[in-house]
Amino acid sequence: MGLETEYGITVVGSPVEVNPVLASSLVVASRRHDDDISWDYSEEHPLRDARDDVPDPHEPLAADDLGLTNTVLDNGARFYVDHAHPEYSTPEVATALDAVTWDRAGDRIVADAAAQASRSLPEGGTILVHKNNTDGKGAAYGAHENHLVARSVPFADLVHQLTPLFVSRSIYAGSGRLGSEFRDRAVPFQLSQRADFFEAPVGLETTLRRPIINTRDEPHADPARWRRLHVITGDATQADTATLLRVGVTDLVLGMLEDGAAPAPIRLADPVESFHLASHDLTGRLPLARRSGATVTALELQRHYQAAVSRWLERRGATTAQADVLARWDEVLTIAEDEPRDLDGIVDWATKLALLERYRERDGLDWDHPRLALIDLQFHDLRPDKGLFHRLEAAGRVRRLVDDDTVARARIQPPADTRAWFRGRMLQRFRDEVVAVGWDAMIVDAGRRSYTRIPMIDPRRGTRAHVEDLFARAADLRELLDLLTG
Amino acid sequence: MADNQGASSRRRSTEQPVEEAEADATTSSDSATDLSDVDALLDEIDEVLEENAEDFVRNYVQKGGQ
Repeated sequence: MGLETEYGITVVGSPVEVNPVLASSLVVASRRHDDDISWDYSEEHPLRDARDDVPDPHEPLAADDLGLTNTVLDNGARFYVDHAHPEYSTPEVATALDAVTWDRAGDRIVADAAAQASRSLPEGGTILVHKNNTDGKGAAYGAHENHLVARSVPFADLVHQLTPLFVSRSIYAGSGRLGSEFRDRAVPFQLSQRADFFEAPVGLETTLRRPIINTRDEPHADPARWRRLHVITGDATQADTATLLRVGVTDLVLGMLEDGAAPAPIRLADPVESFHLASHDLTGRLPLARRSGATVTALELQRHYQAAVSRWLERRGATTAQADVLARWDEVLTIAEDEPRDLDGIVDWATKLALLERYRERDGLDWDHPRLALIDLQFHDLRPDKGLFHRLEAAGRVRRLVDDDTVARARIQPPADTRAWFRGRMLQRFRDEVVAVGWDAMIVDAGRRSYTRIPMIDPRRGTRAHVEDLFARAADLRELLDLLTG
Repeated sequence: MADNQGASSRRRSTEQPVEEAEADATTSSDSATDLSDVDALLDEIDEVLEENAEDFVRNYVQKGGQ
């Protein structure tokens, strides 16, 4: 699994205009090393389609995607500029809780990088980064989740099973926003920042006509065995429980699908419209039309999946990590079935809404008051002193699942149980000799006549258990390569 | 995985003023149970909110992404 986040970026107080591409480049560059490493794009195929009947267009990456600022961090993450935003991709992780940990590490890395980059601006200028998904003026940017899925699961099954799951999950996975993209006065506040920007049920695009199920098929692993599910519907969440469920629930449902244990899917008549409606509905109880002519609510859909996963794990036995996600999923649904607003302090949207409502009550504000719009935005500011979510969390008003020490370690250490361990350890130990890095390979200069390419095609190999001993025994890079191939 | 505190305990504070207990006894509304706490929170947030909300929000314009 892994998470990618495109952060909102803005420059305030600068006497000269700093465009967002430059600002993003400054932020990422502040984390680059002097002798930096290029990204290995040789195995990247973002236009390859997961649907078997759609031909591979074989289009090369756009030239302007290649030259942009890009770096690879000692924790195995990628930090780069994408679409005029700084973007952080966590290293590959094996559990949802690790996704929370390395996602939080990314927030701190980006916030510190922005503070450092601000010092290179003319006097008075500050670069602000926000972990949100829309500017409220028609622009959207993403927070994507990635899952390794066995290719034996037919893609059509993924579409039919995951569409209702994603349509109905904003009740815990949304970070909340004022208003709607449709200027609907009846929607003063909604659960998801992203939902209104979705226009298609299935497709390859991520920036136009965004689809609920994205078909990008770029597994960064053996394509005969795996596909990558690229989930683009999600909000960039800050509350640990929301992030845990955003990635962990999909992981559980995919496990059930891979095991052939999923019940028949509940098909929605119009998934896109249902996604919008469910986001606009703060009760979780709005009837959504099914193909069968009956209706189902978002909470009923979530409970349908939760109950099915619970039965499946009861039969198969759950890991500690799976049991934890299942229990928290059950808990938030149980609270939401009573009153979704009671998720204040557990998930993002309800925490934000409670704050907005307190301001409305104290100051008698209408929904369109500018102070509420500011709170809606500043909730996502990553500066510890200014970010409102951060202030609420620091005051003990938001439940945490990972502590600061764990996050601090994750800024510099890779997860131990995926190939990210190998990538991170290589960078810690031999950064000067690393020429290029990709998700599934590294290219190094070991002083031989040509560079050496180290394939990392299996995301579950190259873990600490696999390679720690080799790193300990090797005196230098050549010895390590000998041990790896020996 | 450190802190596992539940939703019900997150607003508890050992420093609640005595007045609040009286407020509690006279209302059945959950939202009134920690009025002074909420007041203190909003005061704290007032301190950090950007000045000139309207301009700040208007100037927050992003390029579209993925």
